[in-house]
Amino acid sequence: MALEAQDWAAVWLTLKLAATVTVLLLCVGTPLAWWLARTRSRLRGVVSALVAMPLVLPPTVLGFYLLVLMGPNGPVGGLTQALGLGLLPFTFQGLVLGSLIYSMPFVVQPIQNAIEAIGARPLEVAATLRARPWDSFWTVVVPLARPGFLTAAVLGFAHTVGEFGVVLMIGGNIPGQTRVVSVQIFDRVEAFEYAHAHWLAGSMVAFSFLVLLILYTVNPDARRRAA
Amino acid sequence: MSPTALELRVRHRLPGFELDVDLTLPARGVSVLFGHSGSGKTTLLRCVAGLERAASARIAVHGEVWQDEHGGFVPAWQRPLGYVFQEASLFAHLDVRRNLAYGMRRALGRADAGEIEAMAERFGIAALLARRPDKLSGGERQRVAIARALLTRPRLLLMDEPLSALDAARKQEILPYLERLHDALEIPVLYVTHQIEEAARLADHLVLMEQGRVRAVGPLEEALARVDLPLAQDHEAGVVLRARVEAHEPDWHLTRLGFAGGTLHVSQRALEAGAPVRVRVLARDVSVMLEDSAASSIQNRFACTVAGISAATDPAHALVSLEASGTRLFARVTRRAVTQLGLAPGMAVWAQVKAVALLD
Repeated sequence: MALEAQDWAAVWLTLKLAATVTVLLLCVGTPLAWWLARTRSRLRGVVSALVAMPLVLPPTVLGFYLLVLMGPNGPVGGLTQALGLGLLPFTFQGLVLGSLIYSMPFVVQPIQNAIEAIGARPLEVAATLRARPWDSFWTVVVPLARPGFLTAAVLGFAHTVGEFGVVLMIGGNIPGQTRVVSVQIFDRVEAFEYAHAHWLAGSMVAFSFLVLLILYTVNPDARRRAA
Repeated sequence: MSPTALELRVRHRLPGFELDVDLTLPARGVSVLFGHSGSGKTTLLRCVAGLERAASARIAVHGEVWQDEHGGFVPAWQRPLGYVFQEASLFAHLDVRRNLAYGMRRALGRADAGEIEAMAERFGIAALLARRPDKLSGGERQRVAIARALLTRPRLLLMDEPLSALDAARKQEILPYLERLHDALEIPVLYVTHQIEEAARLADHLVLMEQGRVRAVGPLEEALARVDLPLAQDHEAGVVLRARVEAHEPDWHLTRLGFAGGTLHVSQRALEAGAPVRVRVLARDVSVMLEDSAASSIQNRFACTVAGISAATDPAHALVSLEASGTRLFARVTRRAVTQLGLAPGMAVWAQVKAVALLD
């Protein structure tokens, strides 16, 4: 029997969520990591702290504030309503937004560390060889920081797969919409369906182990970079 | 093309340091920016390259303005220059061939394999084209970096202590390439160093920098022969003489050089008679005698006049300036010797030169 349709739906939704969040985070996190690695602004400390907050906050706290912000009386909720997008809580889009914030440090920090490790010199060299800034970003920074980007993508993906508290607070438990694997496991346990819970939970353990194993084998200094 | 092709007027303030320079340098040849660390020579070079934006500057190369007083600033990647950094600066993710092609493709719009190979040949790196930078020695890396810069066909070459990260043997491996470059290159070179030997071997013009300012500027021979400059106090202090090959003495494996003040013998070199050469004579290798004496193993001797005597940093020593028919040289002797020989300006003496280094 292994997994039933509703379990597969949760798995599929989880992968879709994690993939969407990873892609978006690489787009948003890279410029942010770049800025953090290069800036001499006094805001650097504040922004670093904000980015790292999800590492220490209980996910329920994060989820609670997101719920309030995205709710009908919150500023984000007001904005999305004004734009005709409706309200985000208890939707897939809401989950994406919450996960973006929740997994942000896992993407930003490895990229930031990698860019810091490269230093300014290769970019100066590229400039004296007539490379425009955008050109040198793609031909120098990205290849040299590749291990950092790889670590960021894998950790961002895996961490999103593993979230529970934020999902529960802002996503609830709507099949096909917001019911991801971690929530599905919770449901199965609540219903005393331990066999199903075992299959799902065991898959998660295997998945997580495999991802980290690949990461540390392909990219031995990943742990240092992620730290 | 005007003979003063480099116009550098730069004012720049960094924490605890101010650069204030106003220089015009010739369109050809190597201008060495010489000075101790912290004298501002690297900062000046970075301002010329556009890697650092000077607070106020006018930088013009061959009449092309790269920065002006009205806020005009051409970004580094739009300046047709080559820059060789102090330490190896090759792209670690590209092999030698791709490193060489990187700048050429962007500067000329194409990467010509034939031209890359010819340049690699010239710098003795043709066999290394498929290697990654981490599989090269320090000297090889720096040669790749120089070749890479030249392949962009720069109108100005900037070199920031390109030998300082190398040990003595590697330096000797690269210097001949730089000297050849010096002879063949049509463009001006700004070369930063704090090694007097590099300056003597490579410079046409010397810019002596001190605490962010230009202390002296002029042709190499003149600058080295000035006793009032700190160059004269260097352990490696010495002058550079222009000479010509007069004849070879194959029996003795010697080559005789003639200069304005006399002749010098050096180990035989494969040079044609009449060829111009530059020789370096260190102050510590010159001694002074009151009269000529054939009873010496040192045979490079010639008549001079004492032009002056000045103090050396070492209180036991004095620096005697000598003039031999218009050629200036230094002898570093003890103060005791000055007194015992009664040396004084205007005296006719003999200089005895123990060692001569042929630069070309």
